[in-house]
This record gives sequence, structure tokens and C-alpha cells, in this order.
Amino acid sequence: MPAIERTAANEMAPPSRFGDKAFEWLTLAMAMAVVALVFLVGWQLARGSSLAIQKFGFHFLATSTWDPVAEQFGALPFIYGTVVSSLIGVIIAVPLSIATAVYLTELAPLWIRQPLVSLIEMLAAIPSVILGLWGIFVMIPWLRDYPFPLLKKMFGWTPLFRGPIYGVSMLAGGIIIAIMILPIITSVSREILRSVPNLQREAAYALGATRWEVTRIAVLSYARKGLFGAVILGLGRALGETMAVTMVIGNTPQIVASLFAPGYTLASVIANEFTEATTDLYLQSLFEIGLVLFGITILANLVAQLLLKTIGTKMATRAVQ
Amino acid sequence: MKLSTLLAKFTLPFLGLICASAVSAQMTINGAGATFPYPIYSKWFDEYAKVDPSVRFNYQSIGSGGGQKQILAQTVDFGASDGPMSDDNLAKAPGKLLHIPTVAGADVVAYNLPGNPVLKLDPDAIAGVFLGQIKKWNDPKIAALNPGIKLPDQDIVVVHRSDGSGTTYIWTDYLSKISSEWKQKVGTNTSVNWPTGLGGKGNEGVAGQIKQTPGALGYVELIYAVQNKMPYADMKNASGEFMKASLESITAAMATAQIPDDFRFSMTNAPGKDAYPIAGATWLLVYEQQKDPMKGKKLVEFLKWAMKDGEKMARDLQYAPLPEKVQERVLKRVDEIKY
Repeated sequence: MPAIERTAANEMAPPSRFGDKAFEWLTLAMAMAVVALVFLVGWQLARGSSLAIQKFGFHFLATSTWDPVAEQFGALPFIYGTVVSSLIGVIIAVPLSIATAVYLTELAPLWIRQPLVSLIEMLAAIPSVILGLWGIFVMIPWLRDYPFPLLKKMFGWTPLFRGPIYGVSMLAGGIIIAIMILPIITSVSREILRSVPNLQREAAYALGATRWEVTRIAVLSYARKGLFGAVILGLGRALGETMAVTMVIGNTPQIVASLFAPGYTLASVIANEFTEATTDLYLQSLFEIGLVLFGITILANLVAQLLLKTIGTKMATRAVQ
Repeated sequence: MKLSTLLAKFTLPFLGLICASAVSAQMTINGAGATFPYPIYSKWFDEYAKVDPSVRFNYQSIGSGGGQKQILAQTVDFGASDGPMSDDNLAKAPGKLLHIPTVAGADVVAYNLPGNPVLKLDPDAIAGVFLGQIKKWNDPKIAALNPGIKLPDQDIVVVHRSDGSGTTYIWTDYLSKISSEWKQKVGTNTSVNWPTGLGGKGNEGVAGQIKQTPGALGYVELIYAVQNKMPYADMKNASGEFMKASLESITAAMATAQIPDDFRFSMTNAPGKDAYPIAGATWLLVYEQQKDPMKGKKLVEFLKWAMKDGEKMARDLQYAPLPEKVQERVLKRVDEIKY
């Protein structure tokens, strides 16, 4: 009896195709909705800033004056601040998070792994504004009194660590960003390292590799592409971080080489000035700031895709060799 | 105009939701705007619910800019703003918009110095500091005003608000009045192109940075300096007296300020002997011709109550009430609202 039923079910396969199709359409619609959303956001931002785009044109991206009274708006210091603070954040966070992920997957004793993972994930759950307050009251005074003077003493001869130390600074903004993107890079990296097949490790051990060599050759190299993806996810978050950064970066639109000097980011100026902007041109310029931030995020992702491709081919050629 | 409809599109569904949930029970009057008076407005709405249970007020403190946009787009029944509306913006209104002053507050100059002495400052000194011309605490201009206080040979770290705010509007309005150089170079607005200094977000951000940074100086709302137990300077007013900021000296400033019939006034650098010079009012924005007669009637009743009884609650919440003469003038104007 069961055998007959099974064949009957096989013969009845075609009718269920409708379900397959419907499912395909449904998921297609969902996927398209995401694409449409991205375009809608871009279109709406462009529409909302048409007046500013017409008035300032390319100068908006190339000038440094932000004067709501005279209605002169230039976004360059904000672009600079966003890019620099995000880069600082990524530079600090990437080695830390990848090292953490390696420890958690390769080296840590089993009993310590779960508590550590939960702690790191808890870090991601701290609201931005709380982190900002902690930044003002704890991190900034400490940075100002200990690490910053030390940096100045050691690297004061470079333009990066010159000038008066206020505490609030581009560097402080970068450090807050690093703290905020650490959990996401760590947990994504950990998942990626965990997905490295054990065969890889065993093969390396079999060849007589040390623990470090196994990690380097068999695990990190294998997972390189995925780890890069994790970094890009972190960068994406870094570019848009607003609240905590606003509270520690000093909010001064200027382009100065020194990381001790205050800076300003695109996201911060929107958060700061949107609520009280009364004139049309002012408001539209803030919309255009949003458009620029949107553009930078997309650009960063495109560049990342390209880099990822080159990494992919490099690995492929290496594998062939 | 396009932009205001855009904003309206964003906020309308939200407001609609609020209306829908309340409409079954009683009438709801919606307002939006300034954040500075939010604590007293919510107290008023709470108390007024006991006076007239048939009407409920809903106020969104989204900022003065949003308040002006929304009342212009008529998506709310009243707006609220910490600065008077500009002629340009008023011209966009579909009907005559009235400014109803409610309460006032002050900006104080707070600082972080060893021993936290109470300093005396005058217009020259404060303008010099904010223009970046006075850089050291022991500058002769500051020292001359404060004989007997030992001022350190330390850089002044200027802190200002980074977010657009009514506090900054009052501050820059004052600086524009006392310094022609400031007026010409920087001007008056809710946010400006600062010649010098660090930006802190919100009163709490500025207060925090001043507390954390030795040698810092900045402006915050009076209540924040009081709550944080920060010292703040006595300011030399227009008649040459050094005044401490207090609710009395703010009300005194309003009593001597020039107040035109449309109530779009500035009370910084007021001439009175007892006036604290860096103070400003906050306004409700309502149309003279109300569209909905029922809502209009209720709104007028509320405004009258606010002037008569509401003003008495101001002090407890650290706002300066309007002087009686101004209250009377406002009541007269409220009577002219048609519905």
C-alpha cells in the first residue's frame, strides 16, 4: 500500500508547481521591494534637496562654509569627518574583533566561549545615547588625561597628533565608533570562522603545522573573503553612527590634520540641526547632506564589492598554483 | 511650500493615528513645536484636563522649526516656537498667524575654573571670548572686571550648542545686540557659523563638557546650571548693573523690553536696572481665524486659562512668568481670535 501511494504522489507532482511559482513570485516581490526602497530613499532625498542642488551645485561638495545665517552651505568638512572618523573606527576595531573571533573559535576553552559571546553581544545592545554619555563623562576625561598626552609625547612630531588636547576630538569619535562596531564585526567573523570546515584544520595539523600556522594558513586564509565582508558591514555601520559620535566629536566643521582637533560628521549635522531649521534652503541643504551620506554608503559598498572580487580571484589563482 | 507639504506627508499619518485613538472619547487639540517649554506645557495640559475634561491636548515637542512648518501646513491646531517667526515664513501662512508669548527663560554663562568663583562679565568680554579674540582666562578685559579673583594663565575652551536651539537663538541675539562685529560676521539664528569653540549636543551636552573640561566656558539654560550646581557669571546689563540670572531678573527684563503689538519681541539686553540681559520668551502660534469653531472655542478658553492660572505654575518649573502688564495685553489679543 505505501508503495502505491508513493508513486501516486510522484505522478501528482505537476499540480504542486503552482505553489512553487507562487512562492517564487512572492520572494521576488519581497526582494524587489527592498530594491525599490533603496531607490525610493535616494529619489526622495534628491527631491527634498532640489533647491540646494540647484543653488550650490558642485560647490556643495567642495566648499567648507556652513553658515545658516547667510545661507551658505558646503559639506566638505562633514564628508571629511565622516570618512576619517569611520576609518579610525574600522582601523581600531578590525584587529580587535578578528583577534577576539579567532580566540573564541580556535583557542578559548569551551566553558569560557559562551559567556564571552554573550558579553560581546550585550555591548551591541547598549543604546547609542548611553554610550555617548559614557563617552562624555568617563572616556573623554580619561583619554584627555592619560592616552592623549602620551600619544602627543610619542608622535607629536607627526601632524596627526599636534595641537591642544580638549578630549572631544576626531580620535574620540573614532574610538566610540570602534566600540560600537566591534560587536558586529566580532560576531559575524566568529560565524565565518566557525563555518571553516574542520577538514582544513585537520589537514594542516597533519602536515605538522603549529597552532598559529593552522590559524593563519588553514583558517584565516580560507575565511578571508567572509572576514572582509564582516569588516564592510562594520564600515557601513560606522558611516551612519550618529548619536554617540555627536556627543564626543566636538561638532566643529573644519578640516584639520590633527586627530586631537574636533570634527563633525554628516549624520551628526542632520541630527543636530534638522529640528530647528526654519528656512527652505537650510532644510534642503540638510536633505542634501543626507543624500551625500547615502551616496558615500553606496560608494563604500561598491568599492567593497570590487575589492572582494579581486580577493576572490587572487585566492582562486593561489589555489590553482 | 513644497517642502512643508512634504513634511506634512511625513507627519500626517502619525498625527492621524493619535487623533483616531482619541476621537471616540473627547475632542483633541494637536500642537507641535519647541522643546524648551515642553515641561510647562505638559503640566498645563495635565492641569487643564481637570478644568475641562471634554478636551484633550496633544503636544509633540519636535523643535521650533518643525512647529513653524506644521502650523504653516495646518497639520496642527497650534504651533510653538522659541524664536519669533521671520517675515518670510509669516508671509507663507494661509491666514493671519498670532504669536502668543507664554513664559521666558535665560541663558547663563557657565564655566569651569579652580575654586569656581562667581565671575562678573560684561558685553565686551563675552563678545571677545566668543569671537575668539580673548583667548586666556587672565586676559586684562576679564581681570579688570574681577579684582580679587585669581585667574589662571589658561586657555579658555569655548563650548556652544551644536544642535539648533532656542537657547542659541537667545544667545546669538544677545551677542548681535552688544557687538556690531558679531552681528556682521555671525548674526542671529538657532544655529550659526561659530568663529571658535567646541559643540556640545543639547544643554546637557554643553553642561557636561564644561564640567569635564578645566578652563571651559559656555552658555546653558539657567535651570541646567542650577541643577548641575555649576557657577555662572553675573552679567553687566544695559544700565551698567551686574545682574545674577534669576526668575525675577528675567521677568524684570520682559517688563522693560520693547514689545510690539504682534508680540514678536526680543528681550535681550533689556534696558531695566534689574533686568538680566540674556533672556528670551517662547511663543504659541495660532491662527486669528480658527477653521473649526468648536476647537477654536476650546483653544481660546485654554489660552485664557493659561494666562490667568497657568502662569502661576511657571515658577515651580523654573520658568519666568510674563509680567502682569504683558499678560493683560496677551489676554486682549486672545479675545480677538475668531471662531
